[in-house]
Amino acid sequence: MFATILFFAFAAVLLGSALGVILSRNPVHSAMLLVLCFFNSAVIWLLLNAEFLGIVLVLVYVGAVMVLFLFVVMMLDINVEELRKGIAGYWPVALAVAGFVVFAILNVIVVRHLGGVALRTAPALPAGYSNTHVLGVALFTRYAYPAQIAAVILLVASVAAIVLTLRRRPGLKPQDVAEQVRVRAKDRVRIVRMNAEKRQ
Amino acid sequence: MITLTEVLTLSGLLFAIAVAGVFLNRKNIIILLMCIELMLLAVNFNFVAFSRFLGDINGQIFVFFILTVAAAEAAIGLAILVVLFRERRSINVEDLDTLQG
Repeated sequence: MFATILFFAFAAVLLGSALGVILSRNPVHSAMLLVLCFFNSAVIWLLLNAEFLGIVLVLVYVGAVMVLFLFVVMMLDINVEELRKGIAGYWPVALAVAGFVVFAILNVIVVRHLGGVALRTAPALPAGYSNTHVLGVALFTRYAYPAQIAAVILLVASVAAIVLTLRRRPGLKPQDVAEQVRVRAKDRVRIVRMNAEKRQ
Repeated sequence: MITLTEVLTLSGLLFAIAVAGVFLNRKNIIILLMCIELMLLAVNFNFVAFSRFLGDINGQIFVFFILTVAAAEAAIGLAILVVLFRERRSINVEDLDTLQG
């Protein structure tokens, strides 16, 4: 019973902050409300006994992805008013599409109960159940190769992000360590032999 | 006790809000990326809920991989955004019409 109350409380805050994300005028406010969304989702996942993923959501999304978002919002000097112009005309389209999505999903879930699956109650967890342990066993046995591929994807993504944002500006004088090490004394100092002049 | 219906309804509402956000903020790429993150979150809700109510851990493995790909997508998307802003001094979608010829 207590879990149900918590679920509805966090679900309400989640939906409210999600609305805030799409309606806020300021991108920074949107990003902060999205952080709130992720926190509430993590709590709901904890209530659904997905403890590991709940913590991963906070660590990866709040800790890394949203910080990246805030960083980019800070770096770009955006004219918000220009971007908000002409939005009013899209309210009917947005409401129609969102309404259709809600109708389609609720029709399947609430009216037809997914063919009876949705009426099922959650199976009781065995004593001493550890979500992280079960997840780890599955991830490192049956899903060992997909986990490797995920690691490669992350590596490629980080390399791609660095290469994309790398900037070569002309006129800069960067340090070339190889050239500095390779240099010899005769490259730098030239001894010129010349006749001494007579003193006047 | 939380039921599967409630979680799936929450996920559906979250997805609908994200879809509406794509239409409302169709000029601002940053908010569009945030809406994509919201959609992925809603999909992950479905996976976690089914994983719990069907007693199958594989759903949570899928959430794990979706989180990985979403993080990679956000990193590359924001990198492209930064390069774009450097070239055009704008992130308005309507300014990105070079391919129209």
